Amino acid sequence: MAEINLFILVICLLLYVVLGGADFGGGILELLTRGKAAGIVSKAIAPIWEANHVWLILVVVILFVGFPSVYSTVLTSLHIPVLLVLIGIIFRGSAFTFRHYDIDEATPKAIYSAIFQYSSVFTTFFLGVTLGGIILGNITLDYQQSFYDGYLRPWLNWFSLSMGLFLVLLFAFLAGIFTVSELSDEKHIGYFKRVSKRLIWSLVVVGAMVFAAAEASGHPLFYEFLHSPVSIIAVVLATLALPLFWIYLKQHNRLMLRLVAGFQTTMIVTGWFAIQFPILVKIKDGPDITLQSASAPPRIQLILFLALLVGVLIIFPSIAYLYKVFKFGELPNSEK
Amino acid sequence: MAARLQMGVSLGFHIIFACIGMVMPWFMFVAEWKWLKTNNPVYLDLAKAWSKGVAIFFAVGAVSGTMLSFELGMLWPTFMKHAGPIFGMPFSLEGTAFFVEAIAIGLFLYGWNRLSKKVHLITGAVVGISGVISGIFVVAANAWMNAPAGFDWVNGQAINIDPVKAMFNKAWFSQAHHMTIAAFSATGFAVAGVHAILYLRNKLEIHAKAITIALAFASVAAILQPISGDLAAKNVAKLQPAKLAAFESHFETQEKAPLIIGGIPDLENREVKHAIKLPGFLSFLAHGDFNAEVKGLEEFPEDEWPPVPITHYSFQIMVGIGMFLMLIAFIFLAGTFKWKHWLEKSWWLKMLIIATPLGFIAVEAGWIVTEVGRQPWIIYGIMLTKDSLTPMPGIQYTFYTVTAIYIVLSFVVIWLLSRQIKMLHSKYLSNG
Repeated sequence: MAEINLFILVICLLLYVVLGGADFGGGILELLTRGKAAGIVSKAIAPIWEANHVWLILVVVILFVGFPSVYSTVLTSLHIPVLLVLIGIIFRGSAFTFRHYDIDEATPKAIYSAIFQYSSVFTTFFLGVTLGGIILGNITLDYQQSFYDGYLRPWLNWFSLSMGLFLVLLFAFLAGIFTVSELSDEKHIGYFKRVSKRLIWSLVVVGAMVFAAAEASGHPLFYEFLHSPVSIIAVVLATLALPLFWIYLKQHNRLMLRLVAGFQTTMIVTGWFAIQFPILVKIKDGPDITLQSASAPPRIQLILFLALLVGVLIIFPSIAYLYKVFKFGELPNSEK
Repeated sequence: MAARLQMGVSLGFHIIFACIGMVMPWFMFVAEWKWLKTNNPVYLDLAKAWSKGVAIFFAVGAVSGTMLSFELGMLWPTFMKHAGPIFGMPFSLEGTAFFVEAIAIGLFLYGWNRLSKKVHLITGAVVGISGVISGIFVVAANAWMNAPAGFDWVNGQAINIDPVKAMFNKAWFSQAHHMTIAAFSATGFAVAGVHAILYLRNKLEIHAKAITIALAFASVAAILQPISGDLAAKNVAKLQPAKLAAFESHFETQEKAPLIIGGIPDLENREVKHAIKLPGFLSFLAHGDFNAEVKGLEEFPEDEWPPVPITHYSFQIMVGIGMFLMLIAFIFLAGTFKWKHWLEKSWWLKMLIIATPLGFIAVEAGWIVTEVGRQPWIIYGIMLTKDSLTPMPGIQYTFYTVTAIYIVLSFVVIWLLSRQIKMLHSKYLSNG
C-alpha cells in the first residue's frame, strides 16, 4: 500500500510540475520576454491557478501522513530553501491575484507584474534547489554540527543550484509551449516559437550541467544513471521526443505540442525517480531514508489511500468540468 | 519562543483569511439568489463586488495555508514525525475539500458568462459548503492536539494508531461548532461594519442590502455562540481541567467555584485582584451544577501550568465581545420586526461600526485561549512543545521575516479593498 501512495505522490508532484510549472513558468516567461507574455499567460491560467496550487498541498499531506520521517527530515535540514520557496509562493500568489483584481492603473500594475515575475523565478529556483538537496545526500542527522554543515551545506552546493536553474528553464519552457498553443496572431506565434526553441536548447545544456555539477558535489549521478535501465530508457525517450517539437511547432499542432511537453517532463521525473528508488532522501551520515524505513504503519497507508481515493473520485470529475467550462485547448478567440 | 510566536503570527493571520474565505461565499450566494428572485440589479452588483473580495481573501488564505502546512514541519519536526500519521486524516480530507472549493471558486469567478444562472448559483453554494467542511477538518486536527486519541504512547512512540478515532476525538465536535459559528459571526459583523461606514457616508441601497444580509448571518451566529461556548467550556472542564482553570485564573480547587470577571491574576499570591466574582457560577459553567467542585491550578505542578495571565485575559476578551455581539444581534432582530427605517438611525450604524473588528478580535482571543491554554503541551499530556522544536538555530530571524511579510500583506489587502470600494462607488455616483 505504501508503494501505491508513493506512486500517487509522484503523480501529484508530476501534475504540480506540469500544470503548476506552466503557471510558475508564466511569470518566468514574462520576465524573459520583457512582459510580452503578460496578458496571454495570466489570462490563460487565472481560472485554474488556485486549483494548481493544491497539488503541492497534496504532496505535503501524503508526505507527513504516509512518510513522516521524510517530511520532518527534509523540513529540518532544508528549512532555509523551503522557507524561501514559501515566501516566493506568498509573493507570487498575492501579486498575481492583486494584478488581476485591482483597478487598472499603470503604476500598481507594473509593481504587481514585477513582483509576480521575479518571485516566479525565485520560487522555482529554490524549489529546484530543495529537490536537489533531497537527491544529493548532504543532509546530516547530527544536528549538533555547525550551522553551515547542518543547514547550509545540504543545499548550498553546485548540484542543488544547477537543479534550481534547470527547473527555472523547464518551467519557462512549459509555459512557452502553453503560450504558443494559446496564441492566434502570427506575429506573436513566431516570437514565442523562437523563445521556446531557445529554451529547449538551454535545457539540454543545463541538463548536462546538472550531471557535471553532481560529480563536482560528490554525487555519482552519472554512474547511478548508467545502472538504472528505466532512467536510461526515460532519458532516451525524452531526447527522441525533441525533434517532434520542431515538427509540431512548424505545424502549429496545439494538442500535440502540449502532449509532447507533458511527456518529456514525465520522462524527466521518471528518470530521476528510477535512479533514486527506493531511497527517498539521501543521508550523509546514516542510513538513507527509504520507502520501507519511512513508511507509516500499513493501516495508516490503507486509510490514507482510501482518503485519497475519495478525493480522486470527487476531484477529477470537478477538474474535468472546470477545464471543459473554460475550454482549454480550443482557440482562445473562439469565445470573444 | 520565536518558533511559537512565528506559528502564532502565521496562524493568527491565516485564521482571518480562512474565516472570511469560508463565510463570505455564503453572503455572495445569498446576494445572487436574491438577485435571481427579485431581479433587482443591486443584488447582482453586490454579489459581484463581494466575489472580488472573496477572490482576494481566498488567494491570500490559500498561500498562507500552504505556508502553514510546511511551517508545521519546519518548526515542529518532532511533533509532526509522530503526529503526522495519527492526525493526518482530517488534513488529507481537507485537501479534497479545499480542492473542490478552489475549483468551484474558479467556476464562480470566471463563469458569470459561461454558466447558466442556476449552475452558477450552485457553484457559489459549493464554495461555501466546501469551505466550511475544510474548516471543520482543520479544526478537528487541532482538537486532536487538545484531546489526543486513537493511539497508544509507549516509550516515546505511537503504536496501534487509529486515524479514524483520532479524527473523531473528544474535542472535535465542540471545537468545530464553536469555530464555525465564530467565523460566521466575526465575518458577518466585519462585513456589516464596513458597509455601515460606507452607508453613513453615501446612502446607497447596495450598502443597506449588504448590511442586512451580513447581519442576518451574524445575528443568528452571535445568538448561538454563547450556547456553543458553554458546551465547549464544559468539554474543556472535562478534558483539560488545567486549561479551564487558567481561563478563569482559578487557583484553588473548590466547590461553588466563583466565576471571575475581569481582574488581574497575581501568580505569586495565587489570587485575582480587582475582579467581579459570581459565586457558584464557574461550577455551573463547567459542570452544570452550582455546587460542583472545580479543580484549581493548585492540582497541577506549576511547570504544567499554561501562561495564566494571557489565557485569562484572552478568555475574558472573547467572552466579553461575545456578549456584546449577542446584544447587537438581539437589537437587529428586534429592529427588523418592530421599527421602520431603523437603518437610518446613526446610533445604530455607529454601533455596527464599533463592532467591525470585534468579531475577529474575539476569534483571535479564542484561538489564543485554546492554543496558549494548552501549553506547555503540544500534544496534551503526551509531548511538550519545547521537545518538538526544530534543532535549527536562528529561528528568530525567520520569525521577523515572516511577520514583516504578513504585516505588509495585511496593509496591501486593506488598501486593495478600499480601492475596490472606490471603484464600486464611482460607478454608482456617476450614474446618479
